[in-house]
Order: sequence, then C-alpha cells, then structure tokens
Amino acid sequence: MAVRFQLNGDQVSVEAAEATPLLWVLREHMGLTGTKYGCGVAMCGACTVHVDGSATRSCQTFLGDIEGAAVTTIEGLSPDGTHPLQKAWVAEQVPQCGYCQSGQIMQAAELLERNPSPSRDEIVAHMDGNLCRCGTYTRIVRAIERAATEA
Amino acid sequence: MTTVPEKRSGVSRRNFLSGSLGLTFAFTVGGLLSDRPGEVLAAAGAEAREIGAWVTIAPDGRISIAAPAAEMGQGVLTSLPMILAEEMDADWSRVEAVFAPADPDVFGNPGLGGGMITVGSRAVSGYWTKVRLQGAAVRRFLMQTAAEQWGMPVDEVSTEPGYVIHPASGKSLSYGEIAAIADQPDSLPEVTEADLKKPADFRIIGRETPRLDVPSKVDGSARFGIDAKVPGMVYATVRHAPVVGAEPASVNSDEVEARDGVIRVVHMPNAVAVVGETVETVFAARETLQIDWQGGDTAGYNSEEALETFAKRASGEEGGLPYFKQGDTHSAKTAAAKTIKSDYMSDYVYHAQMEPMNITASVDETSKKAEIWVGTQSPSGIVGAATAALETEPQNIRLHQHYLGGGFGRRAAVETVPEVLFLAKEMKRPVKVIWTREEDVNAALMRPQTAHHLEAAIDESGLIIGWHHRIVAEAVTGYSSPDRLEQAKGLAPLTLEGATHQYSIPNQLVEYLRHVNGTRLQAWRAIGAGYNKFAIECFIDEIAHEQGIDPVELRLKLLKDEPRARAVVEATAEIADWGRKPEAGRAFGFAYGQVVGSYVAGVAEISVDEDTGVVRAHNFWNVVDPGIAVNPATIIAQLESNVVFGLSQALKERIVLVDGAVQQSNYHDYEILRMSETPEIHTKVLQTDYAPSGIGEVSLPMVAAAVSNAFFELKGRRLRHMPFTPDRVKEVLS
Repeated sequence: MAVRFQLNGDQVSVEAAEATPLLWVLREHMGLTGTKYGCGVAMCGACTVHVDGSATRSCQTFLGDIEGAAVTTIEGLSPDGTHPLQKAWVAEQVPQCGYCQSGQIMQAAELLERNPSPSRDEIVAHMDGNLCRCGTYTRIVRAIERAATEA
Repeated sequence: MTTVPEKRSGVSRRNFLSGSLGLTFAFTVGGLLSDRPGEVLAAAGAEAREIGAWVTIAPDGRISIAAPAAEMGQGVLTSLPMILAEEMDADWSRVEAVFAPADPDVFGNPGLGGGMITVGSRAVSGYWTKVRLQGAAVRRFLMQTAAEQWGMPVDEVSTEPGYVIHPASGKSLSYGEIAAIADQPDSLPEVTEADLKKPADFRIIGRETPRLDVPSKVDGSARFGIDAKVPGMVYATVRHAPVVGAEPASVNSDEVEARDGVIRVVHMPNAVAVVGETVETVFAARETLQIDWQGGDTAGYNSEEALETFAKRASGEEGGLPYFKQGDTHSAKTAAAKTIKSDYMSDYVYHAQMEPMNITASVDETSKKAEIWVGTQSPSGIVGAATAALETEPQNIRLHQHYLGGGFGRRAAVETVPEVLFLAKEMKRPVKVIWTREEDVNAALMRPQTAHHLEAAIDESGLIIGWHHRIVAEAVTGYSSPDRLEQAKGLAPLTLEGATHQYSIPNQLVEYLRHVNGTRLQAWRAIGAGYNKFAIECFIDEIAHEQGIDPVELRLKLLKDEPRARAVVEATAEIADWGRKPEAGRAFGFAYGQVVGSYVAGVAEISVDEDTGVVRAHNFWNVVDPGIAVNPATIIAQLESNVVFGLSQALKERIVLVDGAVQQSNYHDYEILRMSETPEIHTKVLQTDYAPSGIGEVSLPMVAAAVSNAFFELKGRRLRHMPFTPDRVKEVLS
C-alpha cells in the first residue's frame, strides 16, 4: 500500500508494508543514507529524524504511523550544510568516525528549535539518549552552545 | 558517471567501474569516496595528471592525495596527506584526499610489515618516512619539469607552497601549470632522506588542521560500508552460532522462506543466513528462525567462573612463559625486606562500534572475480580473505573502501568476507549483508578477560628491587591469527601488549599463562595495554602508599632514566595541579605509561555515591608526548576519545558468557558511557622532535588505573576488577 508523506519538503509516496520502520524506508527505499542504523531499539539515537518537528527514533517509527506527516532527515536540515548546528559542528570539529552525528545533529536541532538558549544541563538532558562510541560528547555540547549564540 | 582514464604509469591497477554498475558513489568536495586519485577531479571534468601513484594535479592546481589508511575517526584521511603535502610543498588549501586503492605493493604500511591495515596506532608512525619520501619525489619531479621548461639547472630552482620558483630570475610556475605541460611520468625521481624538510621548515605539519572528512559527516553525505547500494542487490542477515563452533543441525527454513519477501534461508558454516528483498524483511525473518545448534567448542563455558580459575592460576605456583625477564626476581624476593602482593582482574569487553558489521559483494559468473563494498581497517585482509574464499588471484578482487562507523580493532577482522561471497555465489546476485545489533553482540570478537598477580620486592632502604607480574588470559591471536601466535612461540603478542613498563627496577619477571577456551577474540582498542596498564599502574600506586611516598613522586624516582617520561608526568601533574587538597567527597588518582610508543599520563578526579555504588569522574587531565605532532587538532580529539572510551570500559562494560553464549544483546545491557557521565577533559600535547608515535589508543589505558587510584585516596579501598560496576563498588565499600 502507498503511504504519502512529506520528505524534506517534497511530497512522496512509498509502497511498502505499513510495519516497515521509517529508518529503512528512508535509507534503502528512498536512498537517503544519512540516517543511520545503530541498534534498532531506540537505545542509541543514530536513527533520529524529525516527524512534524519532533525528534523521533526512526527505527521504532513505522511507515503506517507517518501518513501525511512532515519528515525531515539530516539531508533536509539545510540545503547546503549551513544550518547553524552544522556550521558549529564543523567549527568545533565534532565528528570522529561520524556515524552517530546525523542523529546527534537532528536531536540537537529539536532542542534549539524549542529552546534557543539552553543551559549546559538542559543540553545534556536533551542529548543524553544519543550515544557516541568515539566520545565526542564534550565537543557536541560546545557546538550546541556555539550554534545557540551564533544562530 | 564519467569513465576514468585507464592508469598509464608503471604501477599495476585494476579496472574501474564499468558503466553497468551505475553511480555507486556520491562525490563530496573535501571528502573522498573514490578509491583512485584523480577520480574526483576527473568527474569534475579536469585533466588531472598522475604524478606517481599517490598524487594527481589538475591544471587549475587542485591536488588529490591518496590516503592509504582507513578513516575511522582518528583523522588519518587528513594527517597522512598532510605529511605528503608538506614534503611536496603543496598549497594545502588545494588538497583533497581519496582512499588509496587496495594495492599493498604501493600503499602498504612499512610499520606493519607492508600490509594495508590500520591497527595499533601505527598509521602516522608507520607511514611517516615513506609518505614523506613520496612527497619529496613529487616535488623533485615538479622542480625538474619546471627547470627543463625554463632551460635552467634544477639546483637553481626551489619551491614555495604550490609553486616552483627560480629565485635568481623571479620566474615561477604553479604546480597546476606544470601538470598541464608535463608528460605523465612512468616513475618519479629518486629521493633520499637528505631531500626531506627539516621540522623547523614545516608549514603544514604541526598546524591544527580541520579534517577533510568532517563536512561530509555533518550533512549525511559521508558513506559508510552500510550505505553501499549496488543495482540488483538483495539483502541478507545472519544468525551465527551463539556457541563458537556449533553447527545448525536443523532450521525451520520452509517456514521462514514462506514469509513475504524472503528469498532463501541459507546454511553456512556455523551460521544461518536469511536472504530477502529488503532489510526489514530479513531482519524480521531472522527473529523467526528456529535453529537447533549442535556442538561447539565453548559449550559449557561460564566466563565468571572461569575468571575465578584464572585468578587462582595467577596467584598460584604455576610458572608461565616468560615475556620479559631482567635480573633474578626469585632472589630479589628472597632478599626482600618486604613483599607486596596484589591481584587484579578485567572482564571481556565488546567493541560496540556504532555501525554494525556489514559487507556487500558481487561475484561474477566464473566465481573468480568479486567486488566488495565495505568499511575496513584491513584492505589487505579483505583481499586476502576474498582471494582465498574464491581460490583466485588478488587482482581479481576489487575493493571499494568506505568510512568506518567505528573500527577500534573490530574492522580489522574479515570473517564476513567468506560469508558474503558464499551468499553472492548462491544467489547469483550482489548481496548486502547487514548484521543486526543483536547479532553484532552475539558474534562479538572480544578483548579477553584477564587475571593478574603482582608481587614487588622491597629492600630495607625502601627501594623496589623486584617486580613479578603474572598474567592469565586467552591469547587473542589464538583465535584471530594462530600463525602469529606460533611465530611468537606462545607469547601472545596482542594479549601481552603493555605488560612491560619503564620503571627502574633491577629484577623483573613478566610471565604469561595461557588459557584456552575457543571464545571469539580480537584486538580491542589499546589491546593488552587496556588491562595490563590497569594492573601495573594500580600496583605502583599501592607500592607508593605502602612506602608512604606520593604516587607522582615515586613514579618520577622510578623514571629517573627516562626524560620524556618524566616530562609527561610533570606536565600532567602540573595541569592537574596535583597535590592540592581535593573538594570534600572527591579525590585524584594518577597513572603513567608508554603506550603505542608515546608517553602519556592521566589524572582522574572522582566522587562516589555510596548508596548506588556509582563512581563519577568530574575531570580528567591528559598529557601526551607523541613526538612530532602532525595534526595537533586530531591528537587532542583522540585524547578526548580515549578518555571517554577508557572511562566506559573502567566503569560499565562487560560481556558475560554462560554455557558458551554471550548474554548481552544491545545497548541496554551492554552500556557504554553517555554524555551525562563524561568528565571535563583537559589535554595537553607535549610535542618533541622525535618521529611521530601512536595516538589512537594512547591514553585509554590510563583511565581505569587513575580512577581506581583516586578511589583508594577517597575510600581507602581498592577497585581491583574492571569494570567498577555499582555492585562491585558497593561490595568493596562494605
């Protein structure tokens, strides 16, 4: 069955089982591989996208759930890498292996949308569900603080 | 997609992508993704000249440099080209990096026996001279070409970044202009170390340089192995025997194959694969597999019980294989006025890299040629495994390297190669194998669990005259590369890494007692140093306390003949303001080591919640002397990474085996450090003029000891068993 939704500003229609995790719809059906598979059980945050503006673990969100919704992936956060968070991420040289970073940035983007000047504690509380095995946490915090002041 | 001109120079290369495979790569500026220098520039329409095997230069001055090591976050995609660009006297702002093709004859690491493998923190140190010479040879070629163009002797010309100049006349030619007029060389001029720059003249090396791959890692365009897409491919996932060596005696294949989208259930050695049209199909189908596993080498193995056995052996009478021997430890112990004895242990740990294992391959109709898409630490290993699996020649294997979503040693193993090639042959289509996270944990290749017994002999004047360290553990190479263990005559090279120290103690014996279980083992970040330094640095601390000496002061005394070591110890003590009174409820602990050839020390500041048993690190100070710091920016980032990883394994990580099977399955029961648990990290790079030494694994081994030593300061009790889980902490406190 065809499910229609908005993906990075475009209307799309996907033919797949309703129980298909949005993660695989995005990655394999739509070819947007910026969103990553880390655990499949919403424990790591690597798959984070926005659904109607809310940071959502796409591994536990299903095609049937997003009919008519607006989905934003890392590829749609900005047309050219110029979202303040992306610029801050580069300025602070945040990524190491980089695999978790799409999810980190999408999670952070929701924070700054809702709370343009978060405290450090608020940042940590908001981001704590996103794992980074390479340990870039201190730079993630600095980059979010930087983006908040430069936005 | 633009077809790339066939290689013209003398180095043999493989054929490139044929049009039928379509666009399998995305190009990004400043990134790579092509596995051939020039492909980025060729796609952009430029007429790039290959100047040797490592460098292409376009008429507009853009340069692409091949990076021969795997990029897994440690920054070698940038730092290795920086070294070449330096000696080439390139304008760094015009440089892009590409993954070197899997051609060890050209791109092998001299520091790792000539293989294309990125392990042991040996990329920069291993490639240092080779890459410098390559850059110097390119520079020499450019100078010769320009001199010839001008009709001048070559010793009258020189270079400035991006230009060959003739100072006497003021003439200059840009590298791009030279590339446009030059004939592509079959070989480069001979150069020697005399042609290399003096470190004082470095313009690129030593500068904090933004990584070339970072932009693509913030916009989703960086491609990891798991992102490979090959037309016509099917997906597969695997269920490996939970108990090593077990075989699937029966499988409910018919039932699983009846599921929508499942193409086939395939029996493989010690594993069952599900092949289907989509990831979600095969992942869901995997959960419905009912497999009757029979046999297995590790059936009945219970790791917690086993560790107790290891500990008994360590402190027993059984002598081991001597790994390091100096003087006569037995006599020293007999002559001692006092002997201090201690035991330490560490559990199995799992890499927990964020990108689960995956590999994509297609095999041709003869089954003698294959293409493989993967992010690997070991192109040599992948090609070797594929060559063996297909009983073919290495030149028939085409490897497409990718970024690695975490390596840490895990991606140096190539056991996925025979699996994917088997499936590709079976299916007669390209197959993309993705392991679920549960499978990644189930089939984990672990760092071995270890037991340590240490004894120090102290004479009447308080001098340490004897040091005896016995280590009981499985040999990693016993599982991963038995030939290597045999070559080492049983002295397990990975397991025992880090088991020696620089402390001035006249009589020393480090012995190894091997335990054999058949568990799946692999090098894990910092390998043996992760637990060996834990034991050593905690024990030194115990000796210091026993002797009533400050732990830093004792180390400085014992490092009297090691000026670089002392400088690092002093610098660390300085930035941590060692010796100051801690806040109430907090304490500091120190650790020092020589790890992957670099000199490193750390101080942890911790507190403990006695009710929950949770140890919290508030600050960690970390200083390293890495020799010449090629890219100080990535060194600092790696120190931060090491501290988080080290703290994670010190406090949280353990794999338990029951009846031979891994008990953990995902990030909820194999917990790694979170942002909220991360301390403030303070780093300092103490650059010296020595050739660069290792960084990727350098300070991880300091963390557990520094934390344990701080715990002792705070509570007067020792944490002797990594990880320091809340239960263990509460037990120690009770």
